[in-house]
Amino acid sequence: MEIPYTVEARPDTGLYNAKVGIWLFLASEVMLFGGLFSAFVLLRVGAEPGTWPHGWQNVTLGTINTVVLALSAITTLMAWVACKVREFGKFKFFHACTLLLALTFLCVKMVEYHEHLNHYEIKLKDGQIADGDMVENNKDADHVVIKGRYVKSEMELYDLRAQKDIPESEITIPRAQIDDMQSYGPWHNNYLALYFTLTGLHALHILGGSIVIGYLWGPGRKLWKKDPERFTNRVEVSGLFWHFVDLVWIFLFPVLYLT
Amino acid sequence: MSELKTAKQHNAPLMGESELHDHPVDFNSYLRRCGAVLLVVFIAVGFMIWTSFLPNIGWTLKICIILGIAACNAFVVAGFLMHLLSERKMVYTILGFTVSFVIGLFGLTIWAMNDFPKGTIIH
Amino acid sequence: MDANVEQFPPYRKADTHDHGHDDHGHEHFDPGFWAKYIFSTDHKVIGIQYGVTALSFLMFGLMLMMMMRWQIAHPSQPVPLIGWLLEKIFGQPAAGGIISPDLYNSFGAMHGTIMVFLGIVPLAFAAFGNYVVPLMIGAPDMAFPRVNMASYQAYFLGGLVMVVSFFIPGGAAQAGWTSYSPLATSIPTHGQLFWILGMILLITSSLLGAVNFIATIIQLRAPGMTWMRMPFFVWAQFVTAFLLLLAFPPLEAAAVMQLMDNVAHTSFFLPTGLAISGKIANVAGGGSPLLWQHLFWFLGHPEVYVLILPAMGIVCEIIACNTRKPIWGYKSLVYAVLAIGFLSMIVWAHHMYMTGMGTVISTFFQATTMIISIPSVIILTCLFISLWGGSIRINTPMLFALAFLPMFGIGGLTGLPLGFNVSDVHLHDTYYVIAHFHYVVAPGTIFGLFAGVYYWYPKMTGRKMNEFWGSVHFWCSLLFMNLVFMPMFSQGMAGMLRRMADGGANYSAEVNSRAGGDVIGGLSPFIMSLHTPILWGVVCLGLAQIPFVINFFWSIGHGEKVNDNPWQATTLEWQTPTPPPHGNFDHPPEIHRGPYEYSVPGHSSDYTPQNEPEVSTPANPKIPTTAH
Repeated sequence: MEIPYTVEARPDTGLYNAKVGIWLFLASEVMLFGGLFSAFVLLRVGAEPGTWPHGWQNVTLGTINTVVLALSAITTLMAWVACKVREFGKFKFFHACTLLLALTFLCVKMVEYHEHLNHYEIKLKDGQIADGDMVENNKDADHVVIKGRYVKSEMELYDLRAQKDIPESEITIPRAQIDDMQSYGPWHNNYLALYFTLTGLHALHILGGSIVIGYLWGPGRKLWKKDPERFTNRVEVSGLFWHFVDLVWIFLFPVLYLT
Repeated sequence: MSELKTAKQHNAPLMGESELHDHPVDFNSYLRRCGAVLLVVFIAVGFMIWTSFLPNIGWTLKICIILGIAACNAFVVAGFLMHLLSERKMVYTILGFTVSFVIGLFGLTIWAMNDFPKGTIIH
Repeated sequence: MDANVEQFPPYRKADTHDHGHDDHGHEHFDPGFWAKYIFSTDHKVIGIQYGVTALSFLMFGLMLMMMMRWQIAHPSQPVPLIGWLLEKIFGQPAAGGIISPDLYNSFGAMHGTIMVFLGIVPLAFAAFGNYVVPLMIGAPDMAFPRVNMASYQAYFLGGLVMVVSFFIPGGAAQAGWTSYSPLATSIPTHGQLFWILGMILLITSSLLGAVNFIATIIQLRAPGMTWMRMPFFVWAQFVTAFLLLLAFPPLEAAAVMQLMDNVAHTSFFLPTGLAISGKIANVAGGGSPLLWQHLFWFLGHPEVYVLILPAMGIVCEIIACNTRKPIWGYKSLVYAVLAIGFLSMIVWAHHMYMTGMGTVISTFFQATTMIISIPSVIILTCLFISLWGGSIRINTPMLFALAFLPMFGIGGLTGLPLGFNVSDVHLHDTYYVIAHFHYVVAPGTIFGLFAGVYYWYPKMTGRKMNEFWGSVHFWCSLLFMNLVFMPMFSQGMAGMLRRMADGGANYSAEVNSRAGGDVIGGLSPFIMSLHTPILWGVVCLGLAQIPFVINFFWSIGHGEKVNDNPWQATTLEWQTPTPPPHGNFDHPPEIHRGPYEYSVPGHSSDYTPQNEPEVSTPANPKIPTTAH
């Protein structure tokens, strides 16, 4: 006996199996990202006043990513519609766009991560703090060069939105004067830890979704000839996952970039 | 064929999946619908960014407004792009339970972290 | 004819061309050894894979505990018989065959992890669920067979990671099965890292399994199998799957964050000013250890219902079958299990009463905890009342099922003082807690699972397990389980704390008085002396499992051969050939009645299978047949 309702809907639920499956899986993903967001809220609310960063993200790059992901959501949907009207050529075009947009998203993310990991906070022995992007960091040299500024205390580094026209210049710091040097990675403070964890997990989901869509676009298209309805359902189900990933970004972007 | 009738009855006209089988012209109107959704999303994003850069407003209020706009954005994406507005009761049930538990996770945890025994002095 | 049956149109045309063949599919299903037994997508094979793996892990966990109980009863003395082996495997932490405190801690952490995540959940939920649920609802397989296979493989890999962690330098995780931060991040070995990676694999496995179960139960019920005609076991598995689906992800999120703390030196759970070994730790700080606790117990509490609900389902099936009468209060059972599922998600902080929560929130969690005891009592009451007036048949499954009732009763009742925040202040983290949860899980759930093994063994193999040795296994297990865990209530109430490698010797009255301190606060000699009978109990309990293991394997070839329905049960899994072929049913079975039509007045036979179209009555006698 074959497994029923793999393609046609079961009358009392009105759903085919994979659709039930994907919505259940998405429910668990809501709880997963919900757990992370609840950690964000808790750590944010519990932070000492004035120590939570504002304006540490590149809003331009974030907006580009938002636009890219929103577009990819549309192309994903249109790919499914193309399957529904049995126009395979359009399906190939739209999902190719989806894959290119996903790649763009990941590249922009890489640029952002690099920007953060290249930004250093250097505590000097005399109590000052230098903060800026690393320009020169030769292991053999006895100095490092950053493009940034000096601040008296760490508190000045948190709220960048409140500060206008931050002066930046190239600063050379002898290694002998350095007490501690730390890049803006997840280890630097909880905000960055949350940023890297949330966006990293999200990026993994983008990657996973791209692999699935890539498979359907490439080797998986053999099913189109054998059973187009079943193939369409697979496109729909993977599309639902992709839209969910976009949904997560719709909350990630304001929470991390705009607040 | 009774299945198709059920599908037509249950599906909202907006997402008429069963209509798409034989009407190529619906593809373009679908495309236009998507364009409208995209426009709404872009406008919402623009509003969020604008709000975030407004001076002289406390962060708490800003966050509330921005999250509110984000929620509307999410509703549009989930409702139209994920067909949630025309989905079945079963899916609504699953999501309903999920949402209630997420609220429990957030709400009870934050309440627990902020409820102190009487007389506690917080510096 | 049943109105419910006619609503369902025939399955799609592509599926019908295999009808008429008396063989499995539209082609001969002969995939070769590897695809048939190792990489199988058949739910029955996967169920057995889960079952055998899980039973092995349960035995492994028991052996860990036996060594720990030796250490508790005879601190710093070499473990007899196997001390040399421990030294060989673990090296310095087991020098001289003595279990060092660090090794004790890692045994303790892994005992909990292995028993809960590698033993009970896979056996109760995945093994029995996979094998029995599709058969019980009349489905050909699970909704997503390949996802099913993937979920077993993820479980196997997770188990492998956990076992391998014992052999890495520094040994396995040591921070308890709860892996609280900052301890979990401060331990300088890699055991915790392996623990986290293993947990991520296990959580993935559970999530995939949960999606599969729920989709199967929603979508693949045979025509006529309405929600209220499903056997209670299926309802229990359905709620369990929902708990796994929605409660595990926050723990996965927390595990990812603890992984980041471990590997990327973040401070999600590390507070400002944290000092490790007397030095201020070089971390960013600002984190919250309580956050880990909340996220862990958000899963942790639904997890314990995951542990108990399938066993309740199994016991219900066995009681119905062996009393030859319907279960009393089927609807109450269903609503109760749904209520348990929902409420279990909002009680978790009763594990955290001692973390400094205020009285208002504590009272909230106390209230929900008290409320959730009501549906549990309803379920137990329905099962008890079902015995009244029944023609009780005693066989090994029924022995275990009957013993489940009072044992779970003891476990449940002793949970009440823990649920009240006032009394929990005294009892938290003592042996009372250990006794409570072991009573619900060990003589509770595990007895239910043993019952299930003996009950469904004939369906899987066509032979019954030996009844005599089954009774030996039962009586010895019952006696020794109680010998092990009953004294722990006293120890806990006297103040003996958990996780002490020396068994509390440091806090005993003797040590106190020798140090010139106050004897009143110390553990009395009587309380300390209880360690010895507990140790004997554990050893005998371990020995009592030997007949079970031998019986299990011996009966495959030499057990009493039986027909397709040796217990004369009504549920669908007994109406298939033995063992059920790939695809289970040739045609979708049609369900005409509820699951417990035993001794119905007017019927000739004392049981009527769910798919029996016409009932045999004196006026119209028919011999009940098993559908082929």
